[in-house]
Amino acid sequence: MTEPVRTIPRHSATFDEHTLSEIRRAAATGVYDIRGGGAKRRVPCFDDLVFLGASISRYPLEGYREACGTDVVLGDRYASKPLHLKIPITVAGMSFGSLSAQAKEALGRGASAMGTSTTTGDGGMTDEERRHSATLVYQVLPSRYGLNPVDLRRADAIEVVVGQGAKPGGGGMLMGQKINARVAAMRTLPEGIDQRSACRHPDWTGPDDLEIKLQELREITAWEKPIFVKVGAARPYFDTALAVKAGADVVVVDGMQGGTAATQHVFIEHVGIPTLAAVREAARALEELGMRGKVQLIVSGGIRSGADVAKALALGADAVSIGTAALVAIGDNDPVWEAEYNALGTTAGAYDDWHEGRDPAGITTQDPVLAARLDPVMAGRRLRNYLSVLTMEVQTLARANGKSHVRNLEPEDLAALTVEAAAMAGVPLAGTSWVPGR
Amino acid sequence: MTVLLANTVLDLGVLDRRAVNSALQTAEQGSFRMLNPGGGHALACGLRTPVEVTIDGHVGYYCGGMNEHATVTVQGTAGTGVAENMMSGEVRVRGDASQSAGASGHGGLLVIEGDAAARCGVSMKGIDIVVGGSVGHMSAFMAQAGRMVVLGDAGADLGDSIYEARLYIRGAVASLGADCVEKPVGDTHLAELADLLARAGLHADPAEFRRYGSARQLYHFNVDNVGAY
Repeated sequence: MTEPVRTIPRHSATFDEHTLSEIRRAAATGVYDIRGGGAKRRVPCFDDLVFLGASISRYPLEGYREACGTDVVLGDRYASKPLHLKIPITVAGMSFGSLSAQAKEALGRGASAMGTSTTTGDGGMTDEERRHSATLVYQVLPSRYGLNPVDLRRADAIEVVVGQGAKPGGGGMLMGQKINARVAAMRTLPEGIDQRSACRHPDWTGPDDLEIKLQELREITAWEKPIFVKVGAARPYFDTALAVKAGADVVVVDGMQGGTAATQHVFIEHVGIPTLAAVREAARALEELGMRGKVQLIVSGGIRSGADVAKALALGADAVSIGTAALVAIGDNDPVWEAEYNALGTTAGAYDDWHEGRDPAGITTQDPVLAARLDPVMAGRRLRNYLSVLTMEVQTLARANGKSHVRNLEPEDLAALTVEAAAMAGVPLAGTSWVPGR
Repeated sequence: MTVLLANTVLDLGVLDRRAVNSALQTAEQGSFRMLNPGGGHALACGLRTPVEVTIDGHVGYYCGGMNEHATVTVQGTAGTGVAENMMSGEVRVRGDASQSAGASGHGGLLVIEGDAAARCGVSMKGIDIVVGGSVGHMSAFMAQAGRMVVLGDAGADLGDSIYEARLYIRGAVASLGADCVEKPVGDTHLAELADLLARAGLHADPAEFRRYGSARQLYHFNVDNVGAY
């Protein structure tokens, strides 16, 4: 008897292996999936753009021979002491608590060596962080954990966080495993409890209130400190305009690829828009208000390379901010720890259970044994190297487009490889003069 | 630092806010009288020495914000976020206060002799708040530490998602928020209540108050409590 001829088994594109495993996990636990990082699925991004380079109509600059500036001034609209950074790449806010003290020190060392800034996070400022960061931005978040006027005055800039790209509209989250005695004391919380902080600020709602709040912060710091307003990329045109109206010196727009220490997977993947889609809308708001060059725009969320930096600058950003990439640079998800990632049920490159505090690389943990694995001097050197590469890459691309300063990159230097990217970035589809919607 | 002597007059009809706040922020000591506040915002904020400031009139948002060591008295009403994030010292409002009074305060004493609106003591982190009248809805929301004493009533959802703050209410409570429960009043509670009332200069019998605090059921995520989140 012969076997009937069958087609080979076929998996559903809708119910793929990851989806099936999530359904089983949800059914087994009754709890939504919490993880760190940003959106993991493929979304339109800077890879969908290319620089045109110079040709007959524009001439390039010589690499290694003709200078290409990279410095940027942030916050000179109202602040008497704006930030002067040597490179337009800053390190995003990440808290002590979500990160180990060693990791925060490494970020400070690496950024300071390159003449750029780091940022505190949802948990306050530590003395070590202040000591190792030559330029430190102090976040004012809805939770107000650890917020105090002494740290406000010893910061170099203030960032009022309205939201972040991984979870626009969501509050902070730090699971009990990471709330050790020091973290608990800084946040005025009992040790070991799950911390879910507020999604709205306790004393202001809306742009009119925000304007008054910024005035108060300026009064407390004698109008010296630049004030950033950070929003998750939701409605970047309106949010940027409202932040400018409220009196921000700098607007930070964080796309959905931007990471978080912990939040619901469904929030990360399904709320907010890609960084590529946010840049031009934010820049358009500044242009229409006549505020280009007066209010700076920082863009973050999935910045990985000098190409990403250059494209963000060309689309209207004054600087970018990196978080996940900085963690990878100092050792996060490094294959050297593969056996331990396997023991946690994952693999290097995919580890995102940062909230559990068991990071083999010693970065997203408060476990003293794991944290001791990270040498902050060596890790700081790695971040410095990485930032240096990003900077050289941006300069390479800027020179290729005939720019003597990276700030001179412009949308006209770009073309899009997909219709979606052309529409989002407002640049022509490559090989055409067509910009969708125009 | 500039040393100013007693009873210095700072007239907002003549000086701008920056000049007035700067004078207060850089003084090492002394008493000051602020005239013509006109409901202005961010007055007497960021003070860091034990100066005494009396404001003759009404103030807007964030009066006494982030106060350290100073004593600020408002001879009128106060807008949103009076004494927000106060660290130490004392802020007193003779009249009523708008929403978010004492928000995220880490220390010191806030006295509101009249009523306080919604979200009084929201996210409080160690501040003591005494309200002579009543407080609005969602007061002591996510209150982490410190004490709140209310001689009148409390609006709906008192102490929602409260952590370790202690709430003493003399009047009616419209409703309790998630994870906020009534707790027994012991001798230590009566003693701290008497002390807070005395420091606030408000008169009431501690025995007339009921105490509220956290049931601590939301400290660790439990799917069976999902309706409370």
